[in-house]
Amino acid sequence: MATKIRHLHRHHTSPVSESRTVQVIAIFLCLLFMALFLILPLWSVFIEAFAKGVGAYFSALVNKDAQSAIRLTLLVAAVAVPLNVVFGVCASWAIAKFEFKGKAFLITLIDLPFSVSPVISGMVYVLLFGAGSFLGPWLKSYGIEVLFALPGIILATIFVTFPFVARELIPLMQDQGTGDEEAALSLGANGWQTFWRVTVPNIRWGLLYGVLLCNARAMGEFGAVAVVSGKIRGKTTTIPLQVEILYNEYNGAAAFALASLLAMLALLTLVLKSFLEWRFGDELAATGRH
Amino acid sequence: MQVRIANVRKEFDRFPALHDVSLDIHSGELIALLGPSGSGKTTLLRLIAGLETPTDGKVFFGDIDASEKTVQERNIGFVFQHYALFRHMTILENVSFGLSVRPRATRPPAGEIRRRAMELLDLVQLSGLEKRYPNQLSGGQRQRVALARALAIEPGVLLLDEPFGALDAQVRRELRKWLREMHDRTGHTTVFVTHDQEEALELADRLCVMSQGKIEQVGSPDTVYDSPISPFVFGFIGESSELPVTVENGELWSGGRAIGVPAPDSKTGEARLFFRPHDVELVEHDASLAGVVTSSRRVGGTRRVELEIGGEGHKVEVDLPFDHPAGEKTRLSFRPKRWRLF
Repeated sequence: MATKIRHLHRHHTSPVSESRTVQVIAIFLCLLFMALFLILPLWSVFIEAFAKGVGAYFSALVNKDAQSAIRLTLLVAAVAVPLNVVFGVCASWAIAKFEFKGKAFLITLIDLPFSVSPVISGMVYVLLFGAGSFLGPWLKSYGIEVLFALPGIILATIFVTFPFVARELIPLMQDQGTGDEEAALSLGANGWQTFWRVTVPNIRWGLLYGVLLCNARAMGEFGAVAVVSGKIRGKTTTIPLQVEILYNEYNGAAAFALASLLAMLALLTLVLKSFLEWRFGDELAATGRH
Repeated sequence: MQVRIANVRKEFDRFPALHDVSLDIHSGELIALLGPSGSGKTTLLRLIAGLETPTDGKVFFGDIDASEKTVQERNIGFVFQHYALFRHMTILENVSFGLSVRPRATRPPAGEIRRRAMELLDLVQLSGLEKRYPNQLSGGQRQRVALARALAIEPGVLLLDEPFGALDAQVRRELRKWLREMHDRTGHTTVFVTHDQEEALELADRLCVMSQGKIEQVGSPDTVYDSPISPFVFGFIGESSELPVTVENGELWSGGRAIGVPAPDSKTGEARLFFRPHDVELVEHDASLAGVVTSSRRVGGTRRVELEIGGEGHKVEVDLPFDHPAGEKTRLSFRPKRWRLF
């Protein structure tokens, strides 16, 4: 019997799979494409970063402006990501657990930052808080600078990264339904206990996944931040902006050294993301009810 | 605890799910809400639980108006069709949940919570599985955990929403028997929803048959089975055959002929005759209902024969012992032994 099965396997591939040659060509083309467009550029980032030696690499990183850019990037992410977590959980909670009018519209709105070019997102804030606007001068009279300052950068980053958490949680929560929450309530738990002891544990891996993507984007955002920050060196430049400035000054090694930080963040995100997908894949795909 | 549902109406987006429903649930009884899907039985159960609020009407727990109370305040045990176990908690944590979320003043000490949870796991025959997670248990085990979890808070009323709906037939039958034993031992007032009439007949002290948001009949399984008060109940509970007949001279007529069934108390005129396929007797020569056999199949220990009566394509079913010689015939004559007219 066993030999018979092995025999069958050798001669009959699945009806939907192609012949061996086609498979090899397809896989090869795929790998070639990825090597050319993904791996090679990533590799060259590190090559360029270390082009002038390890010493130059680290001195580029400890440079005062570079340090300030790193600090600003971390600060922006530290504010934008938690805010978007709170917003994302609220929005997906509302969408998944309640019925209300305008739900479809809300979902569309959440997707807006995905469909709008980041530059336009930045422009919106310039229009809102700029010198010619209503809000800008009013806030300025209270000593609050939004544009070309930290608040503007944070606002633009929040805007751009705001769908990540919500997008991840909405299908997950919709699939889980309200059964667990109802069970908790019927057992006497109050709303707060239900949320922390039942809802959050149910969505924790999806949430972590969303936070990861949100963070990667928040740290790497260029377009929107470039418009609202004014690129004041050492003050309002985030890592991506600082990279551009250095590059435009033909300081390639320093630019790539800083860029390598973002590349490493991307790789780390990728590794964590793959790990989450591998370990909690069924929960992330929102299929397993129990 | 006694539960009284008084003139409850429930609308979802203007669509009425329950019309003016009243029901008294006696203390300590096991009552089944039985009906096809869309009959409002689950809505009624959720209204008792407080998971829905009535558009109109009230729900009383004992003498207390529970309508204004939240789910938490009602102290009910609710068992869901799909278990709704907390998947990130062990079985023990699941069962302890209700006690451990109590405010400090009424919360038993941790050791006591654990002891009670273990006791309940013993009651549902799952001792030794307390460290497992829900996804490591079978469907039947999960539902027993769900029941233990609901019992842990010492509920006044136990509400079960199609508790065996997601299980396969064998496990279903076992759990059914087991639930009955549990109820006899613990004596909780229990309401369970089902669309399975066999389950309801076997398990419940009383049935509440529902259809299209209304209660059709409430009574013991025997009453509902033997004396259904509407064509719906007759058709829904147990097997049934239906035939249009005429009542004349205190007798039943079909197709212009008397069928040998006296009906002295029935109103003269057209009526619908209902009878159970097994409540018939075969008749050789006398006046009877005669029909052409259109199909015949064996169902377990009986043979179910479908007959066409008269020329208008009215079909009825009758049961014969599977080895009865009449099973081979192409025509059969019979009289219903027990029947009802509507």
